[in-house]
Amino acid sequence: MAHDTSYTDQDFKIVGSRPPRPDGIDKVTGRARYGADVSAPGQLVGRVLRSPHAHAKIRKIDTSRAQKLKGVKAVITSKDLPDLTEGNRGNYDILENCMAREHALYDGHAVAAVAAVDEQTARKALKLIKVDYKVLPHVTDVDAAMQDDAPVVQPHIQHDGKPSNICNVSQFGHGDVEAGFAQADVIVEKTYKTEQTHQGYIEPHACLASVGPDGQGELWVTTQGHFTVRNLCASLLGMDIAKLKVTSSEIGGGFGGKTHIWTEPLALALSRKANLPVKLVMSREDVFKGSGPTCSTSMDIKIGAKKDGTVTAASATLRYHAGPHPGPWGMLGGMTAWACYDFENVQSIAYDVLVNRPKVAAYRAPSAPMAAFGVESTMDLVAEAIGMDPVDFRIKNAAKEGTRASYGPTYGPIGIGPTLEAVKNHPHMRARLGKNQGRGMACGFWFNFGGQTCTDLNIGVDGSVNLTVGTVDVGGARASMSLIAAEELGIPYDQVKCNVGDTASLGHNDTTEGSRGTFSSGMATIFAARNAIEEMKARAAKTWEIDIEDIEWRDGAAHAMGMQHSNLAPLSLAEIAGASPGTGGPIAGHNEVVADGAGVSFASHICDVEVDPETGATRVIRYTVVQDAGKAIHPDYVEGQFQGGAAQGIGWALNEEYVYGEDGCLQNPSFLDYRIPVCSDLPFIDTEILEIPNPNHPYGIRGVGETSIVPPLAAIGNAVSSAVGVRLDHTPMSPPRVLKAIKEKQAGG
Amino acid sequence: MPRVGLSGQHREAADGAASLDIEASTIRELLAILVQRYPRMQRHLDEGLAVSINGEIYRDNRDMVIPETAEVFLLPRIQGG
Repeated sequence: MAHDTSYTDQDFKIVGSRPPRPDGIDKVTGRARYGADVSAPGQLVGRVLRSPHAHAKIRKIDTSRAQKLKGVKAVITSKDLPDLTEGNRGNYDILENCMAREHALYDGHAVAAVAAVDEQTARKALKLIKVDYKVLPHVTDVDAAMQDDAPVVQPHIQHDGKPSNICNVSQFGHGDVEAGFAQADVIVEKTYKTEQTHQGYIEPHACLASVGPDGQGELWVTTQGHFTVRNLCASLLGMDIAKLKVTSSEIGGGFGGKTHIWTEPLALALSRKANLPVKLVMSREDVFKGSGPTCSTSMDIKIGAKKDGTVTAASATLRYHAGPHPGPWGMLGGMTAWACYDFENVQSIAYDVLVNRPKVAAYRAPSAPMAAFGVESTMDLVAEAIGMDPVDFRIKNAAKEGTRASYGPTYGPIGIGPTLEAVKNHPHMRARLGKNQGRGMACGFWFNFGGQTCTDLNIGVDGSVNLTVGTVDVGGARASMSLIAAEELGIPYDQVKCNVGDTASLGHNDTTEGSRGTFSSGMATIFAARNAIEEMKARAAKTWEIDIEDIEWRDGAAHAMGMQHSNLAPLSLAEIAGASPGTGGPIAGHNEVVADGAGVSFASHICDVEVDPETGATRVIRYTVVQDAGKAIHPDYVEGQFQGGAAQGIGWALNEEYVYGEDGCLQNPSFLDYRIPVCSDLPFIDTEILEIPNPNHPYGIRGVGETSIVPPLAAIGNAVSSAVGVRLDHTPMSPPRVLKAIKEKQAGG
Repeated sequence: MPRVGLSGQHREAADGAASLDIEASTIRELLAILVQRYPRMQRHLDEGLAVSINGEIYRDNRDMVIPETAEVFLLPRIQGG
């Protein structure tokens, strides 16, 4: 049944309340089962051998001694993963990243894997594998990789007719930027750099794979997208999709880093070879070296403005590293860079560049935080140059309904203006600052999207409801989906139990990325519930022997309408369900939908910092997030998303950084040396939810999971720069970098 | 007839055109005509395309109806985290 996805401005009875999440007790008591928490009889331990070189030709791999070791049940190399990609370069790149073939392309690239009866034997076996490498020149810096004489990471990629690390050039914008700059009273131009960071999810990648001799397999895995894992693994291993069942475990954080496959095909291949289940859990070092962190970047940003605050032109040249395989990361930076503003002349040129670092994966609003760091820092510099309040300057130039976005389309109703007005009027902006303290603010944008979604709703004979969704619960989605089902059916929240279904239970669901979970599964849940209501009305009609058109559903019950039926007492959902065996059998609602029209999202953040001028250490002392949610289904978890994005942004801005040595090897693959923020590093992060309904969702929902990480780098950069009186242009703004900037200023540099 | 805006690599694939008038009533028809007229567009279709209709981005729904006077913009397929 087709349903209208338009916003209806309905009054809610349950949506918008804050009941406890159904998975909460399990998570705080340790009952919840994550990727590494499931075992199978006879399971083996899988371990991966990784390249110690940044770039090398693999001349030979000798696994004979490892295979002979007692307790080793399988050893695999790329020969056990033949190329079945049939010319699909994207899939070949995934295959090559999961297991190196002729070349090791970065420090940590998988080159072989073993399955053994225990951890000790597996580790011993790895040491017995002899790899004959020919070390090749490497490049890990994005700017160096663009030079003509840089080592080429993938010779088949060409730019300007010759092998190059520049794998993609994207351009967006409109108007005439040169003419616009000619009209400007003030032009500010500055170069920025951001270092590579990791999503830092606490749960490492983990899976349990089992493939039998009949070619059927099962995979238990921590992932944001078990349907995507199934499709990719089946394709790479030559399995039928229907014969590989993938179940997503609870997920201990993903933030984009669990949208791809890494060791999962290796675990399946080991299991297939050993004919036993194989559990493969990454160490933290494996996660840093062998999963998918975000990009490092360098950027040139230029903005011209009139003295009255009108921006006449803006341009950005963005260089994003992609790791050893092409990706869309620079392109996304180019699309998002100027999306908050209504500029007549605007341009972004974005380069995706290959380097000898791990394959880049998405990280919450991928690529937008770095571009925002450059753009929002420069916006502050322009405001300062023309003597205008930075919030007023942004308000004057903010995009609004009808603005042509810098990446092409024209906006519908959007929330950047309201978030800026909320910031301007927020008490935070009027709080007094102390010595060595500074305040900054910044804006951010993310697209959001929906995608393929499939949901089942089954009503038990006691009237309780099982809701099965295919989007992974990464941030309280089961509570939100239960609220939506309860709202539609007119029953209490506690009467609904929401589950995440495995790949054999539902039709395809796209990965939980792009802030799509609540938007798309929420839409499918509404429609599944409405389908179930139609069935319940039919059962009531049968019971009463009246026309279904004479029945309406409200307050959790079928009501017969009209004076002629006034003697019929309402039939509750539980009564209809209880009678269902005799009225036609089980009652269920189902929906499959391509949920498009997700509605873009904007946020504005305020940040206060205090900088120790002797050490350069920065402490965030107050932080406020204002963001448009469209409609907050469960406000606690919307606020949680706002706070989580800000917390990760604080770490990115101040401390987190992949540090590479001259040898091209990662120097800090542990949480001892790669410093993510802990509770004591963070202030309470205040939030303000704005609700500007998305016209393309019945409840007005927009995604909320990603935009909150876009402004922090710039907001903190503006605050630190204000505190120390010198512009910080390189993240992380770690103590050595801040101290260096202070000393250069003191030296008159 | 909808006018389709293009930027970046899509513009290059369409021989430099910033916009095109294409007689199409759905996204599926639009993309078929684009590839027929500009074969180099096939690569972008394979890599993933999205279509914005009056500001709303459609990644997957090829049956989406394009109103006669709609503003249409071709975009790369977006990935998220």
